[in-house]
Amino acid sequence: MLAAIVFYVFAAILVASAAMVIVARNPVHSVLFLILCFFNAAGLFVLMGAEFLAMILVVVYVGAVAVLFLFVVMMLDVDFVKLREGFARYLPVGAAVGLVLAAELVFVLAPWAFSASVPEAISVPIPDPGEIHNTKAIGLVLYTDYAYLFQAAGLVLLVAMVGAIVLTLRDREGVKRQSIARQVARTRGQGVETVSVKSREGVDV
Amino acid sequence: MAEGTFLSMALTGALILGQILLVTVPLLLAVAMLTYAERKVIGAIQLRKGPNVVGPFGLFQPFADALKLLTKETIVPTGANRIVFMMAPMLTLLLSLVAWAVIPFDAGWVIADINVGILYLFAISSLGVYGIIMAGWASNSKYAFLGAMRSAAQMVSYEVSIGFVIITVLLCVGSLNLSDIVNAQKNMWFFIPLFPMFVIFFVSALAETNRSPFDLPEGESEIVAGYFVEYSSMSFAMFFLGEYAAMILMSGMVSILFLGGWLPPFDIAPFNWIPGIVWFALKTALCLFVFLWVRATMPRYRYDQLMRLGWKIFLPFSLFWVVATAGVLMATGWIPR
Amino acid sequence: MAGNINQGAKALLLSELVSGMALTLKYFFKPKVTLNYPYEKGPISPRFRGEHALRRYASGEERCIACKLCEAVCPAQAITIEAEPRADGSRRTTRYDIDMTKCIYCGFCQEACPVDAIVEGPNFEFSTETREELMYNKDKLLSNGDRWETEIAHSLAADAPYR
Repeated sequence: MLAAIVFYVFAAILVASAAMVIVARNPVHSVLFLILCFFNAAGLFVLMGAEFLAMILVVVYVGAVAVLFLFVVMMLDVDFVKLREGFARYLPVGAAVGLVLAAELVFVLAPWAFSASVPEAISVPIPDPGEIHNTKAIGLVLYTDYAYLFQAAGLVLLVAMVGAIVLTLRDREGVKRQSIARQVARTRGQGVETVSVKSREGVDV
Repeated sequence: MAEGTFLSMALTGALILGQILLVTVPLLLAVAMLTYAERKVIGAIQLRKGPNVVGPFGLFQPFADALKLLTKETIVPTGANRIVFMMAPMLTLLLSLVAWAVIPFDAGWVIADINVGILYLFAISSLGVYGIIMAGWASNSKYAFLGAMRSAAQMVSYEVSIGFVIITVLLCVGSLNLSDIVNAQKNMWFFIPLFPMFVIFFVSALAETNRSPFDLPEGESEIVAGYFVEYSSMSFAMFFLGEYAAMILMSGMVSILFLGGWLPPFDIAPFNWIPGIVWFALKTALCLFVFLWVRATMPRYRYDQLMRLGWKIFLPFSLFWVVATAGVLMATGWIPR
Repeated sequence: MAGNINQGAKALLLSELVSGMALTLKYFFKPKVTLNYPYEKGPISPRFRGEHALRRYASGEERCIACKLCEAVCPAQAITIEAEPRADGSRRTTRYDIDMTKCIYCGFCQEACPVDAIVEGPNFEFSTETREELMYNKDKLLSNGDRWETEIAHSLAADAPYR
């Protein structure tokens, strides 16, 4: 009974905040609602007994991805008056696009049927948590059956990262750079010379 | 029947509430004492005495300060986003308190002994950045915003190396449960075999909690006080509490991951008479002392050097150590099953 | 080459960090140099220029002869003097005010004084809660002189050989 209540609370906040992501006028508020959304999703995972997934969801999506979202969105200088200016003019086009998308969704979902293997897959006996906990269970599947896919996903991310660096890196000429290793390696002997100067004679430097 | 379950539920609830209070109240006291200790330790290193007027040895100074902050006026800047502005300090304090739910103070002394304890801690500490970003953005002030951006970039960068350090420890334990991690150190505390990772974790913890020498987010010589310039009174106090509770949390993590948590240094007569929680507190206090000691010793890092340290030195080095540890464990067959 | 290896080892073992930390730890245990101010005070030079005082002769007669040299020399124009002959024919001040909020504690008044009447004593703890209290009049200055006479006489004597 308690689990059900908690489930409905999480689910209700999840759906409500998901709606708020779209409805909120301020983009920063949207991102904050998105974070709330992630949190409740993590809560639902915990309810299902998948703590590992829940924590990974929080670490990856909330801790890293949403931070970058928030970063970008905070930098935006949104002029709401200007945004609302063409509202009436673009309304028909927007509505039409929305309608087309809705129709497509209906077409796709109407003939939707669950494959015969789904009930089987769902009813695969979940091992007792005392026997094997979900972290280990995920590991056993992820690094054996899906090892190639896992590696491929990593590779895709690597390519994206390299691509981002290649696109933004520019080598500028004539920039003086600091070499910290050289600075640190400089000793007193290299930098300072003690000379005893005779009176009235001076010294050549 | 229904009445019985309701009663038992209420009892469980009361028990959990009691446990939470039992952790939170001493924690907040510890935060107060930490601010006092900080002023005393830094004072001593600078040949000063530190606070010594309020109460015996100045012990009541933090309470006097808290009272002062409480009686001040809460100011919300005109251009600020009120809700987010008020939420940010609450979030910071909340996050630094909820993390303590999984910390084992002694064998079995833990509110929630969950299987993914260390991931939970990692997740919570990665959320700490939200309080800061929200504060910086909602203040509608350039200094606060600059501080928030610095802090966000810094915390995200150093989280990566913290993650790798945690992975090396996990490789040696074979479990994400904090009690298991401590129990795995029965024979040898992890800071001996994993000494370089211990150092990296400690330095990253300094960066993660925005402590000197990585306190650029609040670098007062450049951006006044960073993300909490606009805060006053209770909201400022909450940031302060949250920050220091996060410091204690990080020290607790260091002692659990590397210094054997509640385990005595030697499992022989005079040492194992002392209860585990005392050992845990002692180790945490030692780490905190080093936090303060570092603050009194090091000058502030420059921002590009901070990023260089995180991404170009710690990240490759810790990655190398993850691979090396895994290799050694596999080669010697010590890998825990 | 050996230098490079040496340098690399130093960097890897954080030797400089450790030596810095060792230094601060050494200072942590050193005796503190703080003076616990209201209870402990630092030594004060006999030439210290603190709160003003008007002195009297041992007979109880006030020293000031209203020559107004101090008023003339005061760079901050903090001193105001009015004078009239007294009943016994001697020239005395009827008014001797110092605005302590204007005073810059230069000590010119005591240098100018031919009879050592106005002096700056060793007292530096005369803060007040209102501005008005810092407008010293003759009574206040004379009472200061009575209160601090021992100290003032002592420091004047100590400084005398150098004048």
